[in-house]
This record gives sequence, C-alpha cells and structure tokens, in this order.
Amino acid sequence: MLSNLANLFRYRGLIQSLVARELKARYRGSVLGLLWSFINPILLLSIYTFVFTVVLPNRNPIAQPYAVFMFCGILPWNWFSSSLMEASNSLVSGGNLIKKVLFPAEILPIVSVLANMVHFFLGLIILIAFLIGYRHWPDPIGLLWFPVVVVVQLIFTTGLALFLSALTVHYRDIRDLLQNLLMFWFFATPIIYPWQDENVRQYKWLFDINPFTHLAVSYQEILFFPGPVGHATWLMVLAVVSVFVFLGGYWFFDRLRDSFAEAV
Amino acid sequence: MNAIELANVSKIYRRYSGRQFATLKSALLQRSILRDLSAAETFPALSDVSFSVPKGCTYGVIGRNGSGKSTALKLVAGITKPTSGTVKVEGRISALIELGAGFHPEISGRENVFINGIMLGLTKGQILDRFDEIVDFAELREFIDAPVKTYSSGMYMRLGFAVAIHVDPDVLLVDEVLAVGDEGFTHKCLDKFAEFRRRNKTILLVTHSLGLVERFCDEAVWIDEGRVMGHGDPKRLVDAYLTAVEKGEDTLLATTTAKAVEAAKRADGEAPHPADGVIPASTDDAAGGPETASTEPELKNFFEETEGRWGSRDIEITDVTLIDQAGTPSFVFHSGEAMSVRITVHAHAPITDFVFGFGLFNAEGVCCYGTNTYLEEMTPVHIEGVVTASFDIERLDLVEGTYKLDVAVHKRDGFPYDYHRLLYTFRVKSRTHDAGIYRPPHTWSFTGAVNFTSEIDKLT
Repeated sequence: MLSNLANLFRYRGLIQSLVARELKARYRGSVLGLLWSFINPILLLSIYTFVFTVVLPNRNPIAQPYAVFMFCGILPWNWFSSSLMEASNSLVSGGNLIKKVLFPAEILPIVSVLANMVHFFLGLIILIAFLIGYRHWPDPIGLLWFPVVVVVQLIFTTGLALFLSALTVHYRDIRDLLQNLLMFWFFATPIIYPWQDENVRQYKWLFDINPFTHLAVSYQEILFFPGPVGHATWLMVLAVVSVFVFLGGYWFFDRLRDSFAEAV
Repeated sequence: MNAIELANVSKIYRRYSGRQFATLKSALLQRSILRDLSAAETFPALSDVSFSVPKGCTYGVIGRNGSGKSTALKLVAGITKPTSGTVKVEGRISALIELGAGFHPEISGRENVFINGIMLGLTKGQILDRFDEIVDFAELREFIDAPVKTYSSGMYMRLGFAVAIHVDPDVLLVDEVLAVGDEGFTHKCLDKFAEFRRRNKTILLVTHSLGLVERFCDEAVWIDEGRVMGHGDPKRLVDAYLTAVEKGEDTLLATTTAKAVEAAKRADGEAPHPADGVIPASTDDAAGGPETASTEPELKNFFEETEGRWGSRDIEITDVTLIDQAGTPSFVFHSGEAMSVRITVHAHAPITDFVFGFGLFNAEGVCCYGTNTYLEEMTPVHIEGVVTASFDIERLDLVEGTYKLDVAVHKRDGFPYDYHRLLYTFRVKSRTHDAGIYRPPHTWSFTGAVNFTSEIDKLT
C-alpha cells in the first residue's frame, strides 16, 4: 500500500494533465466556456440571496450580510459534494483505461477531487468580489488558517472519494444513494444557518459528530466572522480524523483494486 | 538474456456470478457484503504457464478464442497481476492492446496525443520532440486540432497506434491490432515492426493471423485453455496448432453428421418421406442418378436443400465413412489429397435392379459433382447380403469450404431403396485462398521480363 502511494507521486504529471483535460473537456463546445465556472456560482448565489433576504428573510444579526455568510459555506460544500458524485462514478466511466492501459486506478477519483478543487478556487474569486462589494474584511491573521482548512478538506474528501469509487464498481446504486445522502448532509450542516444560533446549539453533539460542520464553521470563522479563529482545535481534530479517513479509504481501494478490471 | 519471463503463472478470475446487477440494498438485506466482495466462483484463465522471450526476439502467441492469450499479454503488461507465479519484464513496455483507450472524445487530437503519451510513460518534452513524427505516421495532419469525437474509427485507431509505437519501448506488446488501417497503413505498421527488430527490441505478438506468425516471428508459444501446448519454431507450432484445430473441427463435424443421420432415421420412421411420392415411375432410359433426371418432379426433389432420408430399405445403407489419404476416417480433408467414401449396404433379399449414386454439394447447395454406377455404364446383375462400396477420389481438387454428400441406392427408374440426402458433412482445407469450387491442378509459367517476389521477401 505504501509503495502504491509512493508510485502515485510518480504519476503527478499525468494527474496534472488529466485535471487539465477534465476542465477543458467540460466546457468544450459551450459558448461561454470557462466563464461557466464563474456564472454558476453567481447565479446560485443570486437565488439564495433572493430567497433568504426577500422571501424568507434570515434576520439573524450575526449572519449579516447573509449572502456572503452563506457563500463561505456553500463554496466548499459544492467542492465536496461534486467531488464525491463524480469520483463515485469515475472508475465506472473510466473503465476503458483500467482495463486496457497500465494505469493506477486511484488516479481517476483523485482527478475528480482535484478538478473540483480548481472550480472551488475559481469560485473564491467571486467570493472575494462579494467581500469587497460588501466592505466585509476578514481578519488578516485568521487568513493564515485558510490553506490549512483547504488541505484538511482535500485529504478528507479524497479518502471518501477513494472509498466510494471502489464501492460503486460493485454496487452501482451508490450513485443514487449518495445523491440523497448529500442532500440530507447539506441541511444537517451549518451552511445556510449559522452555527451560533440557539436552536442549533440545542443539538450541539449532533453537529459535533458531523465532520463537515467543522470545515464549514472553519471557513466561516476565517472568511466571515471577525476576530481570531475560534475553531482551530476542532479543525486539528478533524485533520487527524481526515488522515485516518484517507488511509482507510485507500486501504479499502487497494483491497478491491484487482477486482476493478474484471467488474467494471 | 530474457526480456520477458513467465514462470509457473496462473491467473484465476473471480466470477461475480449471480449478482451482475447487485444493489447495495439487497446486499444489506442479505448481509452478504463481505461474501460478495470476497471470491465467489473462480475461473482459471491461465494455469501454470511458463515461457520466456529472449531479448530482441519477436515472439508469437497463438491459440483459439478464449484460450488465455490476451490474459497472458495483460499480465506481461502489468495491467493485471498473476494469482500465482512470477512475471518478469526487462525494460520499458508499450502495449498495443486497445488503441486510443485513453482518448477523450471532446478534446483535440493534439491534446490527446500529449495525454496518451504521458499515460504511456513519456514526458512532455519527449512528446514535443516526437509530435510531428506521430502526426505524420497517423496521416492526420489536417485533423489534429479537431476533437477526437469527429474522427472516423480508422483515424482513431491510427492515432492510437502512432502514439503507442512512438513511445520507443524496449518491449512491444501487440494484440491483434494490425487490422487498424487500409493496406498502406498496415504495411507501414509492419515496416515499423521490422525496424524494431533491426534495433534489437523485443516484440510479443498475439494474433490469429498464422501467416504473420510464420513469416515474422522467431519463436512462438501455443496456448490452449490456459495451458502451454508447446513452444518453439513458429512453422512447426503453427502446423501443430492447425492439426489440433482440424481435429476439433473433425469432432464437431462428426457430431453434426451423427445428429443428421439420427434425425433423418427418426423422421423416416415416423412418416414416409413426401419425396417418395414424387419419384416418378419413369421410363427405363431416364432412370438412374438424379443428375440425369429429365422430369420436373425429380429435379425439384434434387434441388431441394433439406437433408433427410427416405426409401423402401430393400437395400439399406448401414454406414457411410469418409476416409482420408492416410486411410483413417476423417471429416477434414486437404485440397488436392485423396479421399474415399466407403458405403456399407445390406441387401435384405437378392435384387437385380440397383444403382449406387453419389452427389457432392457445397455449402450454398450447388452441386459440385454427381454420378452413379448406371451412368458409368455398369449394368446391375445381382446384389445380396452385406456389401461395401468405395468411391475413391484420387485428388480432391476443391477450394476451401464445407461440403455435403448425397449417398443413395435406387432402382434404374429412380425408385429409392435408401436415399441419404445431404447427411454427411466434411470440410476441405486449403492454404491458398482461391475462389470458386473446383481447383484444376495447375502451374503458372511466364516468358519475357517478369519478376515476382514472395511475401516473405517483402517483410524482411
């Protein structure tokens, strides 16, 4: 397993080109091309802003301006959920490669996660534009935590992606199951409502065991809420958990590896 | 030094039978996740296979469909791992297994060349150096910037081949991919292989084209049902393989014939064959073999393609055996060799009016030849008891194909004692792929300034 991990490093050139191909291929044939990476989040943001400031106004004073608050959580969530959806499908759709080319299969789910990370970064540009637009300045020292939370999320997501992609080869209905699970997970995570809300605090333990709570809250602490980052301890706990999730996912993937070429 | 070495390699595929469309729900309900993910039924694709390929050797792998050739190639390529045994390969491998397997349809040929090259182990710089050569080889210069999805399948394969061959491997694995292009492209591929050989690279070639193995490979291995049946000199191995294939066909034809005879017997026992009624009680001079039949009904019967058996059985055909040049019963013959048809009949009473007939048909139902004893002016006098008739053909000058026999004993006026219609099937094999039905024994000769080279000269 460790030698396989080391092997992966040798393939970084390939991973890089496959991520580039993924991004290019996605918008090939569309008129606006890469602009969609910006338009999608802007449209999404406009809808949520309209719904939660006009139709169902969220007047929680700590989450104002609401659009910016919500965006801090939604961007990483989109990275997370799209990665898992695409990764779970990656081995099945890339079956040709696994069967016919000498190719470490784990590259495929990893590419899904990385390609969506690029989209996440492009979305950040919109977020920055909003922060500037609303004159909402994050704490500069807190920003130092930003790369940490991104790395933790990357490790966590990759671990789950490896696990799900391997399982989907054998159970094709993971895809449908996952879609519903992610929907539930989204609402169970403090993304469109603030973590500090009293109604939320009642069920604190439930939120505490949800790993994405700590990611979402960390992003909000770093980018939205004033003052020092108060969620660092939880983030570190999650970092340790993520490493285990990754190793566990990789171990599972490695065990099923030999069945891919036959079952895909 | 050996470039490829397989030692006691076995590959057992797990068959995930019975849960082809497994769902997680059912797995959870039946608590069978662990059981499902562990080995279910197994299927040995290769058992205890050993062979080694010396460096610089062109090595052929032959065998029937499903014999394990491609599995062996995948093991050498490292795409799958052996269940037991060891596979050792020296140097960089490039596998021409599935051409263009990694192509993405939406992006251009140019970008795909880069990604495919990187997948096969090249660096960006190396691909840049070879890019022009690759594109020229694939003959795709005008289309290289179009998305691959717009390519024809031939263009797709050519580009895949061009990338794979320019990886400059030490060991090249080729699986039945020479049929990728037109004549010109195939020659270019063969030239490229020849160049590889000159540069002392190792080639492992899996193919059904035995001619290619014979004239191209230094050595070969023959795999059948996952076992090595033999290795060594390609010519001898191909001959051995062909013999085995013929034996297999022979068994198959034997069962076909046995079944046909059995079915005809049953059908005949149940009801009189309608053809009984259409045999005309014709005049003496029109009697004889069906070939000379002048009356409509008999002609119709004759060209009717359905097999069967009918007749009064006063004289009964009890056995028909085809015998080859070596004197052994067979169902596979070689063009130009001798063949005998041995017919055993039993005349249940003394009979004075009888004719032995013989008809030869090809797979399309065309009569290739027909004759009988009466036509050949043998006037019947007396027959009684068990008699063996042998129809000896000195040279079976037929082109390759499947043929069927009519064997009959009847009266001079056509009244059938026992008529066996298309019940006996045999195959004629030929090394020449000539056309038609009949191959007259022939040679070519020329005068003037004419030169020919053989295929072998062209390739080496």
